[in-house]
Amino acid sequence: MRIVNHPILSFERGREVEFTFDGKKMKGYEGEPIAAALHDNGVRVLSYSKHLHRPRGFYCAIGNCSSCLMTVNGEPNVRVCTEKLREGMVVETQKGRGDIK
Amino acid sequence: MKKTEIAVIGGGPAGLMAALAAAEMGARVTIMDRNSRLGGQLVKQTHMFFGSEKEYASVRGIDIGKVLSAEVLKNPRIETMLDSTVIGYYPDDGVLGVEVEEKTFVKIKPEKVIVATGASEKFLPFENNDLPGIYGAGAVQTLMNEHGVVPGENVLMVGAGNIGLIVSYQLMQAGVNVKAIIDAAPSIGGYWVHASKVARLGVPIMTSYTVKAAYPNELTGALERAVIWQVDDKWQPIPGTEKVLKVDVICISVGLSPLAEILWQAGCRMKYVPQLGGHVALRDENMETTVPGVYVAGDVAGVEEASSAMIEGRLAGLNAAKSLGYDNGKYDEKRREAMEQLQNLRSGPVGEKIRQGLAQLAL
Ligand SMILES: Cc1cc2nc3c(=O)[nH]c(=O)nc-3n(C[C@H](O)[C@H](O)[C@H](O)COP(=O)(O)OP(=O)(O)OC[C@H]3O[C@@H](n4cnc5c(N)ncnc54)[C@H](O)[C@@H]3O)c2cc1C
Ligand code: FES
Repeated sequence: MRIVNHPILSFERGREVEFTFDGKKMKGYEGEPIAAALHDNGVRVLSYSKHLHRPRGFYCAIGNCSSCLMTVNGEPNVRVCTEKLREGMVVETQKGRGDIK
Repeated sequence: MKKTEIAVIGGGPAGLMAALAAAEMGARVTIMDRNSRLGGQLVKQTHMFFGSEKEYASVRGIDIGKVLSAEVLKNPRIETMLDSTVIGYYPDDGVLGVEVEEKTFVKIKPEKVIVATGASEKFLPFENNDLPGIYGAGAVQTLMNEHGVVPGENVLMVGAGNIGLIVSYQLMQAGVNVKAIIDAAPSIGGYWVHASKVARLGVPIMTSYTVKAAYPNELTGALERAVIWQVDDKWQPIPGTEKVLKVDVICISVGLSPLAEILWQAGCRMKYVPQLGGHVALRDENMETTVPGVYVAGDVAGVEEASSAMIEGRLAGLNAAKSLGYDNGKYDEKRREAMEQLQNLRSGPVGEKIRQGLAQLAL
């Protein structure tokens, strides 16, 4: 969910863009982290772990921990907490290690 | 290969002050940050700062960040590289490897390096602590205050230090419900001003409590419930004291530890100092480590707070510039002033822990 009225902050957001998450159309703002846009759309599970297939979400949100790896435009292991959202991006849940095509 | 006189790694309060001080002495500086903007942690801090008058007490963190960043950006002696992550330091030839915009790899050879990379959040062991919805306090702040997205509806805050208390208050400002703040310690670690602010809003602060387990929603796999329990005076959990909280976010705020990879790579002598958050580099009073020409400042030099980070930054900047022969005539005065300010900040009972930590580091 977006914060609309904040007592102190105002948010400068980029233009609204469309992207897909596992084939579903979603909206976000250009230049914000992919993870922020997904979170706003209610998506908190970003990947499944390699061995035990446990669901993973983000943890640090600043690119330190690699808890947020997803497949973006076909490329696996992208840290979506720092990767910026662009128009038409294809974002997919990553299962395990990911394959480089 | 790119050359510069002083490379400053990290654009938080420590790095910004280091760059400004070195440039003021006359040196050429390149400051790098992996973010798309300068300011470090300050950018997320909407509260009025604690600290000394001189170092911007009662000003909001975001505003301090804006002022310092603007000064750096307009200084002709400072070059700013954003979206630039320093991923390696090669001590043999003194070269930094920098990844720019996740695309290009740039090599930089500086004469002096100031490491001001800050700190990263500690984690807490409990059953299912890896569920989506369990986030670091800094992550919640970033999502909320930088990107304007709330982390969820109901939050359990773990940790009643200043950060836990402040982020709880900020969550409520953003319209999120904070169910409880818990801390395993028998008393509240943060300042009373911050604690009473959240307590007035009706949030229970439960000391001597820790997390036992977290449980997912069967359908989504993300967090749905937390179980907390009481600990005794030996920090052992007491069976039978469990309480269940329906929360979709657990926010972990149990301290920071220095982000010191670059210092390890450089071969600096490191020491584990719990009072300062983890492994820190030994250094002299000029903030120079055991590797000549490598300086530290801010949270990476020992987790403390922004006011001391700024002054340490200034000291490191002054000294790095001086060691290259730069002095605008004010070096001695500025250095003495900074050292006095640090001493003042760390005096009294609040600075006790920091003083104990620093005593183990001096060269
Ligand atoms: C919730 C909260 C509230 C706080 N409130 C206060 C307060 O009221 N008063 C106070 O004095 N202090 C406060 N602090 C503490 C203060 O924010 C920190 O002590 C201060 O920001 C430390 O400054 P720094 O420059 O060392 O690190 P940071 O601000 O963390 O900056 C480090 C920078 O380095 C960058 N970086 C790291 N690694 C690399 C790399 N390899 N390459 C390139 N860049 C890199 C990071 O992206 C970051 O921008 C608070 C902290 C938090 C989290
Ligand atoms: S959440 Fe830690 S790297 Fe993305």
